[in-house]
Amino acid sequence: MSTPDIGRHRGTWSPGFWATFILCGGVLAFGVPLLNSGVSPGSPIAVPDYVVPLLGKYLCFALLALSLDLIWGYAGILSLGQGAFFALGGYCMGMYLMRQIGTRGVYGNPLLPDFMVFLNWKELPWFWWGFDHFAYAAGMVVLVPSLLALVFGWLAFRSRVTGVYLSIITQAMTYALMLAFFRNDMGFGGNNGMTDYKDLLGWDIHQSSTRRGLYIASVLALGLGFLLCRCITSAKLGRVLLALREAESRVRFLGYSITNAKLLVFTVSAVLAGLAGALYVPQVGIINPSEFSPGNSIEIAIWVAVGGRGTLVGAIVGAVLVNSAKTWLTGAAPETWLFVLGAMFILTTLVFPNGIVGLLHRLGRMPTRAAATMPAEEQA
Amino acid sequence: MKTAKPLTDALLYLNGVTVSFDGFKALNELSLIVEEGELRTIIGPNGAGKTTLMDVITGKTRPDAGEVFFRGVADLTRLDEAEIANLGIGRKFQRPTVFENLTVFQNLELALADSRGTWRTLFAHLTRDRCDRIAATLARIGLAEHSGRAASALSHGQKQWLEIGMLLIHDRALLLLDEPVAGMTDRETEETAELILDLSKDRTIVVVEHDMAFVRSLGARVTVLHEGAVLAEGSVDHVQNHARVIEVYLGR
Repeated sequence: MSTPDIGRHRGTWSPGFWATFILCGGVLAFGVPLLNSGVSPGSPIAVPDYVVPLLGKYLCFALLALSLDLIWGYAGILSLGQGAFFALGGYCMGMYLMRQIGTRGVYGNPLLPDFMVFLNWKELPWFWWGFDHFAYAAGMVVLVPSLLALVFGWLAFRSRVTGVYLSIITQAMTYALMLAFFRNDMGFGGNNGMTDYKDLLGWDIHQSSTRRGLYIASVLALGLGFLLCRCITSAKLGRVLLALREAESRVRFLGYSITNAKLLVFTVSAVLAGLAGALYVPQVGIINPSEFSPGNSIEIAIWVAVGGRGTLVGAIVGAVLVNSAKTWLTGAAPETWLFVLGAMFILTTLVFPNGIVGLLHRLGRMPTRAAATMPAEEQA
Repeated sequence: MKTAKPLTDALLYLNGVTVSFDGFKALNELSLIVEEGELRTIIGPNGAGKTTLMDVITGKTRPDAGEVFFRGVADLTRLDEAEIANLGIGRKFQRPTVFENLTVFQNLELALADSRGTWRTLFAHLTRDRCDRIAATLARIGLAEHSGRAASALSHGQKQWLEIGMLLIHDRALLLLDEPVAGMTDRETEETAELILDLSKDRTIVVVEHDMAFVRSLGARVTVLHEGAVLAEGSVDHVQNHARVIEVYLGR
């Protein structure tokens, strides 16, 4: 790297950064809805209705990737259970949306969602209480993933579980949750999950205006999440994280508490993932236990690796590009998708370990803010 | 804890410390006292327990038996690495362990004597005063022009110096230096000896070293370890003429 030290602290929040940030955010937040509703549907620049929630979904994935980059790219914590926080946030939102259906369900029960009526349940389980209020559900979207992250992280980091061992137990965590949510008597709809939503805060969820609203909310969440991650990584804490990725015990001997630093970013990351899940569910219209599947969580790591880890921007770019490719390819040649995904990951690891952003940086000396100098080898 | 009254006047007090790994006693009822302001060198053959001793003092290894006190009040066997570091005990490792993925400047920034709390690190600002202290340390360790370079780009000797700089900037009461001149050129070794002598004017330093010429140049009190216990202690001349020391260590 050239001369990143003192100048870098100023560059983090330079006018140039804000200009780029506001421009990108503005184009995303206003451009797409305008092209969707403001131009006639026949026009070649019109964004069709089905594309809006699709883009919204990509943005949710981008936020999810961002949450992983914060802990993996900076602190070296390769969580392969990030999908669990995403799914928990999604379930909290799903529970709210189920309660909004009211008597419009197939069985017309004002209190119980259809699947409970089907299972002959007589009353609403206690953990469903309050989910008819949006504020309560929104609180749970933050609280549930952060509590899980706090407890899980505290146990893991205090016992100094690192590297592949941590990755494996996070996989086990999400797998265990998947099995639990598959059970009908858990009270979350079993393998069918929850779907057939009607409205959100009084707005019909199928209306294109509601979808535009959800899309804009996703842009906002991604923008704020990005700023938060940038705050954390450009603070001294960011250097502590990079240092502990490099030599954990050395950071301890300097007097920093590794457990607390990791716990803080792990929890923040879980909240961001939960938020992404909560925005994802109304846009795709369903949540079911497959969101917990270990494969999903591994895919998130691939998005980040392809985009370039330890850069924040890379996570967003990677998530959007890989998922666009997935949408296109699973339509055009579905049987090839997994091979392409695997090839992308292998190619990234072998040929450009710093991902797309690292590659652009090397080619064009773009002023990206890579996480200082990145080691070429994989951490875990 | 029994009493708040210091048990001893010594800065560092180890009594009957035993550490065993699978039956092998790395430290065997070792007792050692280092006074405030002292410069002490510790020598001994491989496997004598020098690094284990450092590990016990810095909290990396918990002893099976024995007591370790800092300033007579802090029981180091009950604290973790970070807590011990914050008491004012700094350690330099055998291999230079700077943070290779950070710049020289950032390495020193992390070592600055600031609050270590996680919240504090989230809101800490790099004030003028902090920058000045980093600049002063950079000048002292001769790395001023390398401030913005990644630490991975430094030479071996420069990394050793950066690590010493990181100990310096925190202004610790006790420095533990594990083979500070390993891999250094003769000239760098000389400069390091001067630096250590200079530093020892206002802090306590314990140096673990193999290089007898370097130990002699420090001219400090020497403790010889052998099989996890103290074999001899005294001036350089005293230990060099000690029959058992010659037999187990110097003679070889």
